[in-house]
Amino acid sequence: MKHIDCPGIGPRPIVEFIYDGEVRPPAPEDASLEVLADRVFNRSGAPGVLREWWYHRPTGSWYVLERDTVTNEIQRAVDPEEVAYAIPML
Amino acid sequence: MPFRCSDAGSREWIDRSRRIEFSFEGRRYSAHPGDTITSALLANGVVVLGRSFKYHRPRGAFSLANHDINALFSTAEDTNIRGDVTPVEDGMALEAVNVRGTAARDKDRYLDWFGRFMPVGFYYKAFHRPKALFPWFEKAIRQRAGLGTVDTYWRPRRRPKRYAHCDVLVIGAGPSGMTAALEAAEAGLEVLLVDENPHIGGSLDYQWPLDTAEAACPSLAERVAAHSGITVQTKALAVAYYAGQWVPVATDEGIIKVCARGIVVATGLLEQPPICRNNDRPGVLLASGAQRLLRRFGVAPCQRAVVLTANAEGYQAALDLQYAGVEVAAVAALTEAGADSEAAAALTEAGVPRLAHHALYQVHGDNTVTGARLGPIDGSDADAQDYDCDGVIVSTGWAPAAHLLHEAGGKVRYDTELAMHVPSSWPASVVPAGRVNGAFTLAQQTADAVNAARRLVAALTGATVPAVEDWRDHQPHSAEWPIVRHSRAREFVDLDEDLQLKDLEQAAREGFDNIELMKRFSTVGMGPSQGKHSNINAIRILAASNGQGMDATGSTTARPMYHPVRMEDLAGRRFRPQRYTPIHDRHVALSGCLFEAGPWLRVGHYGDEASADDCVAAEVNTVRNGVGLIDVSTLGKIEVVGPDAARLLEGTYTARMANAKVGATRYALMVDDTGVIIDDGVVGRLAEDHYYLTAGSGHAAATARTLKRHAVEWGLDAHVVDRTGQLGALNLAGPLSRSVLARVSDMPLDEASFPYLNIRETRLCGYPVRLLRAGFVGELAFEIHMPAAGMGAVWDALMRAGADAGIAPFGVDAQRILRLEKGHIIVGQDTDGLTTPFDAGMSWAVHLKKPFFKGRGALAHLKGKSPKRLVAFALPTGYEGPLPRECHLAIRDGDIVGRVTSIARSPTLGRPIGLAMIERGLVEDDALLTLRVDNGQYITAERVRAPFYDPDGERQRVASEEVNS
Repeated sequence: MKHIDCPGIGPRPIVEFIYDGEVRPPAPEDASLEVLADRVFNRSGAPGVLREWWYHRPTGSWYVLERDTVTNEIQRAVDPEEVAYAIPML
Repeated sequence: MPFRCSDAGSREWIDRSRRIEFSFEGRRYSAHPGDTITSALLANGVVVLGRSFKYHRPRGAFSLANHDINALFSTAEDTNIRGDVTPVEDGMALEAVNVRGTAARDKDRYLDWFGRFMPVGFYYKAFHRPKALFPWFEKAIRQRAGLGTVDTYWRPRRRPKRYAHCDVLVIGAGPSGMTAALEAAEAGLEVLLVDENPHIGGSLDYQWPLDTAEAACPSLAERVAAHSGITVQTKALAVAYYAGQWVPVATDEGIIKVCARGIVVATGLLEQPPICRNNDRPGVLLASGAQRLLRRFGVAPCQRAVVLTANAEGYQAALDLQYAGVEVAAVAALTEAGADSEAAAALTEAGVPRLAHHALYQVHGDNTVTGARLGPIDGSDADAQDYDCDGVIVSTGWAPAAHLLHEAGGKVRYDTELAMHVPSSWPASVVPAGRVNGAFTLAQQTADAVNAARRLVAALTGATVPAVEDWRDHQPHSAEWPIVRHSRAREFVDLDEDLQLKDLEQAAREGFDNIELMKRFSTVGMGPSQGKHSNINAIRILAASNGQGMDATGSTTARPMYHPVRMEDLAGRRFRPQRYTPIHDRHVALSGCLFEAGPWLRVGHYGDEASADDCVAAEVNTVRNGVGLIDVSTLGKIEVVGPDAARLLEGTYTARMANAKVGATRYALMVDDTGVIIDDGVVGRLAEDHYYLTAGSGHAAATARTLKRHAVEWGLDAHVVDRTGQLGALNLAGPLSRSVLARVSDMPLDEASFPYLNIRETRLCGYPVRLLRAGFVGELAFEIHMPAAGMGAVWDALMRAGADAGIAPFGVDAQRILRLEKGHIIVGQDTDGLTTPFDAGMSWAVHLKKPFFKGRGALAHLKGKSPKRLVAFALPTGYEGPLPRECHLAIRDGDIVGRVTSIARSPTLGRPIGLAMIERGLVEDDALLTLRVDNGQYITAERVRAPFYDPDGERQRVASEEVNS
């Protein structure tokens, strides 16, 4: 089985993880219906190095991993602060 | 006729001191423990072991290496048992497969004659017309072709999969595998050595003279067995290679999922047969098969043998037979290879006739081998000579068992020097060693294995990887064209599928001249042995037919599994954990009827299954008129703490959460990016920086996961703890609930101190608890959340305190009716993967004034454009007709306009009530709803306003206080 090497927990079998898609920038505020629908429903699927969300179930922690979708190789774990963005509040 | 040698060999697998009895086709035979079915039958002189797949030709033993597809057997319990490797057991009652009558006198043997009207592709071309007859043909063919009959009443045996982790997995415990294992273990790595045989040793045990083997590899098996760094797993077949270096290993006890950092493929070679007329007759045996039979089971395959060879191994096999008392009538040599070996010289010395440059023209015998015709390679029948014999031993070529190497991304090329395929490239962590890599002599094999292991160890430890050393042999061990055509055909290429030379040539002529196309059209290599004895010859035939080289012809793709695996092994065991609530035993004691709700076991209702409707109605009445108690421990229970807790919830849920006062709760709706409802619950604020929230039963993990991701994604200082398993919860509901709770609680419970939709922390029975004034069932109610350990004490205390108020437990069925009477939805039942809050009539829970929350963008666009709407309907009081069911359709003018999502007979209202998801516009103003129920019957329901019960919510807030403590 595949293993994912994560900071702090070491290599763990992939069955312990849940995949949650690629990291994407926040949606533009008040986006048009077309822009929003495209963002919600479409993904490029182009091969390359993606930053993706992976959740490790036993420890309940999220990781952002860089994976080459061609070689299926996980290249590194990204500091989540690199991908975080602030949300507006009332 | 084969016979058991009187002298016991030193490496025999059988225990000659004991005897066991078994039967085949009703006749009783005797064997020794350690015998396989095939060796036992041969020792008893039984040569015809089965019939072929298509033509019902007699067949026998062939490889003794787990590839004998024509010697399959059935017992009462099992079928397609491989006789060549399956140990015979005392009392076993065996039958042949795919025969009518007996294997020796199969009533379908006429098909062999009929076979010339069934050329390759016959099935695609015939039987199309007349169409009406096709089922008849299909039935007839299915009856006569194929393998064993599966017992459809089989009982599954659950066999759990196990896991194993190691530094180095060595596949194959022959001289190379054992050497590589020792080398890796000596380097300090943890080694797992697997072999499909019951004993380690591989070819050391049967293919080399014992003194030669011992001189080249002294005490190899003993050293492996004694090494603490090596775990040996016998009777274990590595059946595939999957990404991430994991290899399923099939054993008698089920599959071991082996995860290895490095893999040594020491799987050796598969012997390849020559092709000539009647090369499939029982008595024709691969030389390695004859040697296995002789050395492992002490059985000589025949009394008088003709040997065909193209390598030194063939001469050695002939010599072994001669030593065992078999008369070798002649040894024909297809090539010069091995002619100068010690074994060849010994044969000459013993007076065995040796025919150089000779081929096997055909095998004689109607049922079993009675003779063989040998002739010059370029000659004709006129130059040939017949030899009487009862066995033909053939050793004309090899193919590497490189399937796992292929699956790992390795490649092979055709080596013209060896006249065999050899690995040409492989990953650094999956290395071939020994004969699979073209190293033939024991010295070559062990040197190659040492080099392979050293390269692997270096790659795994980060050291400098030594260069690849070439230990391959430099003389051929295979004949390039081991094929002799006969005018009357019956030269078999594939014994699994009954394919002949002419079939493949015809396929190529018809345009299937690519190896993958030829395979699919002719089915060569598609039988149970997956071409282990036919692929190489098929490639040779196609290469010759196309006039191209072996590499240009290519090979078919090796895919998992390398070997058939039992379905029950693949299935493993049922792994679905079942969760009990903390007071499960009390539900059982109260005769709660349990059902599976996701992983949880919950109570539907208490009491008799037969009178379920009455029990549920009584439980509903108790809650409406008195007080009831339900276990709601399955609710998700999540703690959110930290300076940014409010911000996290504000961004996650559709409603405002940041402005909730401490001690207040809010209904919380979660939607995804498309605005579809995915969960609902209650969020209570315990402190400025501390919230406690619930999630739908079975959705706790997902909700906690989503909250945690948002905390990371939005860079928030908030911690999310899923306490679902740690906490239990009860809901005490009904007009008398306050007075019952007051008896066990010190806290003031009056409306002013603890209003509706508030949360408080207090203690009950000594346990810290949280009380929530909830409204799900539509009565005055108190949800009590507490540590799992306190559940029993609190449940018992409440049941005692409420005894004189008539307290009764109620189950999920009653709760569903109670909430339906209130018009409250259940996410996942009244909503589906397309339902937005607007569709569910819950726009009140969506605060688009917030500048951000998950799904806000979609909902902002969808507001006012909702295409459907959840509506309430009711059937008349006293309605006796058929009740609609969930998912029954709403119809208008013949078109589907919606579906029922919830339905129940309401004990409180005395009539059936329900919810339906209806297309907007079309039926918005209709006062009546037409529903199509079972049997296509139509009924008319009245549209009503929800909630059906207590529309102003009076009962949830202020309750009657008649019964005081």
